[in-house]
Amino acid sequence: MTKKTVMTPEDMRRTLARIAHEIIERNKVLGHLVLVGMHTRGVPLAERLAANIASYESLSIPVGALDISLYRDDLASLELKPIVQRSDIPVNIDGKSVVLVDDVLYTGRSIRAAMDALMDFGRPRDIQLAVLIDRGHRELPVRADYIGKNIPSSRDEEIQVQLEETDGVDEVTIIYAPAPKEAP
Amino acid sequence: MMSTLRQKEAPALPKNPDATAKTPVWRHSHILDVDDFSPQEIELIFSTTDAMKEVLSRPIKKVPALRGKTIVTLFYEPSTRTRISFELAAKNLSADTVHLSTSASSVTKGESLIDSLSTLQALGANVVVIRHSQSGAPYLAARYLEASIVNAGDGWHAHPTQALLDLYTIREHKGKIKGLKVVIIGDILHSRVAHSNIWSLTTMGAAVTLCAPPTLLPAGLGHEQKHFPKVSLEPDIERAVESADAVMTLRLQRERQQSGLLPSLREYVQLYQLNESRLARAKPDALVLHPGPVNEGIEISPGVAHGPQSVIDQQVANGVAVRMALLYLLVGGKSI
Repeated sequence: MTKKTVMTPEDMRRTLARIAHEIIERNKVLGHLVLVGMHTRGVPLAERLAANIASYESLSIPVGALDISLYRDDLASLELKPIVQRSDIPVNIDGKSVVLVDDVLYTGRSIRAAMDALMDFGRPRDIQLAVLIDRGHRELPVRADYIGKNIPSSRDEEIQVQLEETDGVDEVTIIYAPAPKEAP
Repeated sequence: MMSTLRQKEAPALPKNPDATAKTPVWRHSHILDVDDFSPQEIELIFSTTDAMKEVLSRPIKKVPALRGKTIVTLFYEPSTRTRISFELAAKNLSADTVHLSTSASSVTKGESLIDSLSTLQALGANVVVIRHSQSGAPYLAARYLEASIVNAGDGWHAHPTQALLDLYTIREHKGKIKGLKVVIIGDILHSRVAHSNIWSLTTMGAAVTLCAPPTLLPAGLGHEQKHFPKVSLEPDIERAVESADAVMTLRLQRERQQSGLLPSLREYVQLYQLNESRLARAKPDALVLHPGPVNEGIEISPGVAHGPQSVIDQQVANGVAVRMALLYLLVGGKSI
């Protein structure tokens, strides 16, 4: 097993500053903006982006949290049932621009589930996607509007995102762990 | 716990042993009673219920988690709120529901429980919610069926989902269960609700006091017993409710008086009815619970049943969320 750091705390701070600026640039009317973090690590990322936007534009953006467990398409095949966490969308999202925030974009299936979940809360004007890492291997036609870092990866690798709020440290690492060989 | 992509997109069993210890693992394929639930499992049910309550607060109260699953409610005894609660819970999770009422089925032609169950299995039921007048019927069902069995009340024995929603309602108001004084008043002997509540309350660390006429208490209670949780007995209602955090009254079935266990209903009302002056001896913010249906003026006075301390309607509302959580935990994951 090998481990490589691809994002340091300083890298992460600068990346989130850039994404916040991109969100400001693209959304002319910031009053319509809602940031929604996907459990677990999307939530602190959304809060940090909102704090950045607040400091650049002196405007507070509502931040929500979304749990997608009940919308997953692979529920029936999972050995371990995902623990459902409480979603919390603090404002009516009808007519709003919702920016979904997640740590890693991979197959795109979580994002499909998140969009279905959001639609049950209302009819947003549009949905945008911000991710810290895009690692490729999409299985659905999904792309991100704001990307922290593209990391072309192999399926044998794991991208591990750790955040101060959930793991005590800001860091992104690639762990290479080849699938164990089958016993003869 | 670490986040990895694999876990996010298709969680495998956690490799980190610490993560295993922190993550409560659901190991039940049936809900038969609460006596085999650990405090961690009950906490997992409650955190899942919190999430389900949020679903119920949305404009669209439906999530696709149990799409394609079939849930059958098989009721050999009359019920309104429990059956409707299960049916709504299943529908909110997008499962298909079928209700089999025994008065309109082959049961009237003499079909046995096991025959009915194997028919349901052959028809592809994933969960069978069963209420039966015989204690233990759901256990028999669980032995014969591959489907998950949920006990919605069996004889005098158990009513686990009611106990869990009672516990959840108390926790919602008090923030905890541990250390609370909970009083259960009424026909403990014949009450499956009381039996399951005694297990779940004591498992979570509440101190339970029972108050009932001696003829309506299980024999041998109050002595040290290996297979029954430790409870206090207090036949005097005023002493029993003294500084209680929650008071639960049970429905008095009129047949009890006819069968000679009570001298008269009037005497029962005089000695055991929860009324305003008796409730005043409990803590000022004590909760009043009742599993329903309520006999107003018998076990509880109308003023208390509809008073500011009553959470009877919230119990009904929480019932749907608790049952959604249980159905999700039973069949939301790997298909059976």
